[in-house]
Amino acid sequence: MNELPLLTLTIWLPIIGGLVVLASGDKEKELSKWTALAFAILTFVVSLGLWIGFDSSTAEMQFVERAAWIPSFNVEYYLGVDGISMPLIVLTTFITIFVVIAGWEVITYKPTQYLAAFLIMEGVMVGVFSALDAVLFYVFWEAMLIPMFIIIGVWGGPNRVYATIKFFLYTFFGSVFMLIALIYMYFQSGSFSILDFHTLELGMKAQTLIFIAFLLAFAVKVPMFPVHTWLPDAHVEAPTGGSVILAAIMLKIGGYGFLRFSLPITPDASASLDWLIIALSLIAIVYIGFVALVQQDMKKLIAYSSIAHMGFVTLGFFIVFTIVMNPNVSGGSVMGIEGGMVQMISHGFISGALFLCVGVLYDRVHSREIADYGGVINTMPWFGAFMVYFAMANAGLPGTSGFVGEFMVILATFRADFWWAVLAATTLVLAAAFTLWMVKRVVFGEVKNDKVAALGDLNLRERINLGVLAAAVLALGLWPAPLMNVMHATVENLVEQVRVCKLPAAERGDCVLPVSERVALSLNQE
Amino acid sequence: MENVYITIVLAPLIGAIVAGFFGGRIGRRGAHSVTIGGVAVAAVLSLWVLSRFIWGDAAVFNDAVYTWMVSDGIRFEVGFLVDKLTAVMMATVSFVSLMVHIYTIGYMADDEHNWPHGALSGKNSYQRFFSYISLFTFSMLMLVMSNNFMQLFFGWEAVGLVSYLLIGFWSTRESAIFANLKAFLVNRVGDFGFILGIAAVGMYFGSMDYAEVFAAAPEHADTQVQVFGGVSLMTLICILLFIGAMGKSAQVPLHVWLPDSMEGPTPISALIHAATMVTAGVFMVARMSPLYELSETALSFVLIIGATTAFFMGLIGLVQNDIKRVVAYSTLSQLGYMVTALGASAYAAGIFHLMTHAFFKALLFLAAGSVIIAMHHKQDIRDMGGLWRRMPLTWVTALLGSLALIGFPGFSGFFSKDAIIEAVGASHVAGSGYASLLLTAGVFVTALYSFRMYYLVFHGRERMDEHTKHHLHESPWVVTLPLVLLAIPSVFIGWYTIEPMLVNDWWVSGDWNPIVVAHDHDTLHHLREHWEGQAAFVHHGLGALPFVLAATGLTLATIIWWLFHKWNPRIDEQLQALGGPVTRILQDKYGFDDFNQRVFAGGSRSLGRVLWTTGDRAVIDGAIVNGSARSVGRMAQRFRHLQTGYLYHYAIAMIVGLVGLLTLFVTL
Repeated sequence: MNELPLLTLTIWLPIIGGLVVLASGDKEKELSKWTALAFAILTFVVSLGLWIGFDSSTAEMQFVERAAWIPSFNVEYYLGVDGISMPLIVLTTFITIFVVIAGWEVITYKPTQYLAAFLIMEGVMVGVFSALDAVLFYVFWEAMLIPMFIIIGVWGGPNRVYATIKFFLYTFFGSVFMLIALIYMYFQSGSFSILDFHTLELGMKAQTLIFIAFLLAFAVKVPMFPVHTWLPDAHVEAPTGGSVILAAIMLKIGGYGFLRFSLPITPDASASLDWLIIALSLIAIVYIGFVALVQQDMKKLIAYSSIAHMGFVTLGFFIVFTIVMNPNVSGGSVMGIEGGMVQMISHGFISGALFLCVGVLYDRVHSREIADYGGVINTMPWFGAFMVYFAMANAGLPGTSGFVGEFMVILATFRADFWWAVLAATTLVLAAAFTLWMVKRVVFGEVKNDKVAALGDLNLRERINLGVLAAAVLALGLWPAPLMNVMHATVENLVEQVRVCKLPAAERGDCVLPVSERVALSLNQE
Repeated sequence: MENVYITIVLAPLIGAIVAGFFGGRIGRRGAHSVTIGGVAVAAVLSLWVLSRFIWGDAAVFNDAVYTWMVSDGIRFEVGFLVDKLTAVMMATVSFVSLMVHIYTIGYMADDEHNWPHGALSGKNSYQRFFSYISLFTFSMLMLVMSNNFMQLFFGWEAVGLVSYLLIGFWSTRESAIFANLKAFLVNRVGDFGFILGIAAVGMYFGSMDYAEVFAAAPEHADTQVQVFGGVSLMTLICILLFIGAMGKSAQVPLHVWLPDSMEGPTPISALIHAATMVTAGVFMVARMSPLYELSETALSFVLIIGATTAFFMGLIGLVQNDIKRVVAYSTLSQLGYMVTALGASAYAAGIFHLMTHAFFKALLFLAAGSVIIAMHHKQDIRDMGGLWRRMPLTWVTALLGSLALIGFPGFSGFFSKDAIIEAVGASHVAGSGYASLLLTAGVFVTALYSFRMYYLVFHGRERMDEHTKHHLHESPWVVTLPLVLLAIPSVFIGWYTIEPMLVNDWWVSGDWNPIVVAHDHDTLHHLREHWEGQAAFVHHGLGALPFVLAATGLTLATIIWWLFHKWNPRIDEQLQALGGPVTRILQDKYGFDDFNQRVFAGGSRSLGRVLWTTGDRAVIDGAIVNGSARSVGRMAQRFRHLQTGYLYHYAIAMIVGLVGLLTLFVTL
């Protein structure tokens, strides 16, 4: 593109900001905090430029920046966004502002380093979403672990060492296989460009192995059942800001990976193994729904709720194949992916807000146990109102963003199979049960003990924080069209790409998906 | 016209926002003025719209206000469909809501006393209450005015949300916050079916728009889908949608939340849990009549559920002693009547009863509320009695409401209930015999429980304590005015509207017919063909079985709870003791609550605990995650022994390795 390198700015501005804050040290605490906030807001404003300048009529990569990085291996500094990654980048820069504000006066131990870690984290996550070179992607992907590792390890709860190690090993375990897959594809294509991978012809065996390698990496991040157990532990030990980033953004990177890598690179393997993902997603929705019901710790409960909600994301993404193969149904495949995308954005707002709510209580009482609360609304009416609101959003109430994604995914799933849709729709009952039961025990009722009686309501900082998120949840719930319009072209292109049989000519007979004439032809010409 | 409709929905919303967010600043008077103003605007405009449909030549309005989103070629819009069915609902909802708003000024006047001392949430609770009921009015209007399935679901859930907030309004009461959670979850079970029904519509019709779906419905009359083997698509859609209605309109077995919802303040019991929200399911099925007409199985399902609710829930009303619960069970039973009418394809009769019921049941609840104010929030009818002398206006209006409820000839309830019974009698779908029997018997039960309550409250000895008795007096005008204004339609509205609603083809405007009835399902044709005016209908009714049953019930109630009760105040107790096991079953409410509590609530918790402790902790974390960490550790322990530090060990290892690799390369 021409003018400002917006993506580079969005990546490096917060990283430089983080270094500046880090360098300024704890001596000038106030100044460092304001510097951190200024960088966070500035980054968000820059990322808004991406939204404004985005051309939603095309599926092409936009704001592309391309420069050689390690020429001997054909590794490039290659950035670009489409309708899938751009909203996620804006979500990242948006949420980071609240994390900075939330840590404002609560973190007393090395506050500047805490804020610096989040700024650096922000830049790295934007890098993950915008990298179009596999090596660059992988570098950002792994780099993301370091600040999070430090955030939990330094500012975390009493059991933080177990949680960090578990978190690190779990996620690292998955990504190693992804690296192998990326290198394999480099040898096949001679390039590390992800877009080149998209047009690569791969045999069924290779596709399956690559698919599984990616699955291991992304499933851990999402996280999908049964590799989800690191998340509740990490959340419980993480400081509030860490939980927010973890739930709101880091989980989305797994979902993003499926769309950027698994679906377009290995469509045939995805089509033949989609039952696995669908089964795991449905287990996540139902099984985790019941597990969330009995949690005693608010953060664990919300963590489990996240897993169940992310089940909708993966379900929406992989329902595509059944719909495409179903001759009775025309359309519907786009809705699943778009629903999954909306669910990711919405979950970013809602889970972020819920973790902030728990943080508000934790800062005052230093307990996350549900049993330690009761009747909070009597002493904190503002807080109670926000908590009930976000709980309702978490339960997928129409008019809030939580409804949009679930609704679309259920609609799409119905096109694939009635019983899958039945299982998916149980979330209406389960999510309401575990969220509102928690609300009943924490927010409503008589004032339970002296600690609750002594609670003070939200201060201005907390009110702004939750208020802006509440507005975002409402806006997306009442009018999702602007977000949808941004991704239509990209998602439609993705579905078109998914229909392509990537098998080499010799294996074409085994194509799981019907080869649409036009696309198969264009692939042959290449 | 679009601006008028937008004003109708937005006026209450603005009131709700102002009272909700600025309640502290504008004070009580400001809050009730702004919300009543908003609802009054909606009510006046709704009545004007209805009058234009009656006397003018208003055209059907069907248009989108804005596009919510487009995905996969399906447009999801927010828009209005205003035809005569909508206009009737709008007028009913906004009028009853206005009455309840005015009444609330009196009922909630001392609300801050209901909160524990110093509870912050009790502050401004008056304003908050007004904000909620206005928000409810907005949601309900959005529901009935919707022109598509998605917005229907929006309104559907929004009224559920407000219901949740209002049942738990006194949030420090354990029983209230138990009841609101229960109400929300049971409704969610219904919505689970509802959303699948909407998904089915979306899949097969590719549209959310009513008009498009209805137009395309006949093409799908024979479509089969694979669920348990083959099922007719229309049956599937209709039953799934009806499951939603079973939650919202409290039909067996999803009725359990409604009696508990009486924990909320009485004005909302009248507005939400009697007159409007709970009738949303009835409205929805009537709105979907073009779909339901295509599936006799679904109709039969609706019919049987409705009749079961109508009769068996009425019976429970006989053994209740809480004034509000008696009215609540009566509501369940009357909702059953409406639903049965729908099952008999007499949608118009269902809507007709919905409307008359809205007036007289709101009246009965508000009268009960007036009694509760006078009794200092005591609700046990065994401790009342003789109130007619102290509260004449409440007494007369309650009597009129009760007469309307039992279907006394000439009163509004008589017309609507008789029409339903007649229609069900003429129905031929499976189960119509069962339904007909239960509905007819239900008339007797209705008369019995209604007048048991009436006599225990208003007549006989004054059984309250001295302090209460001393302070007994009629409620202020803000309370009695709505009673009077509701009593008028409770008596007369049936007489004046039966002709257009059931006899003439009034519903049709131009080529749009909101209530579609297949020719061979037309159960109201007898009524239509033999129509000779209201007086003749009343005359005919006097000789029919329902009237005989109602009169018997009324007489029996008079004898037992008025005459006998005078010299034997323990007659009620003795009769219940006489009932033995039957009474116990009724007092246990057929065991639904215990069953749900044990099986569903308890079961899910146990299941969750088992999944968590064995699945997550023992298997995944214990065996796999930490287990693999342990086995890595153990392996390392073993391999450690290889690194002995002796040079000859390494040398041997190298030689073995070299030989191995060479062999490998040579063979390859």
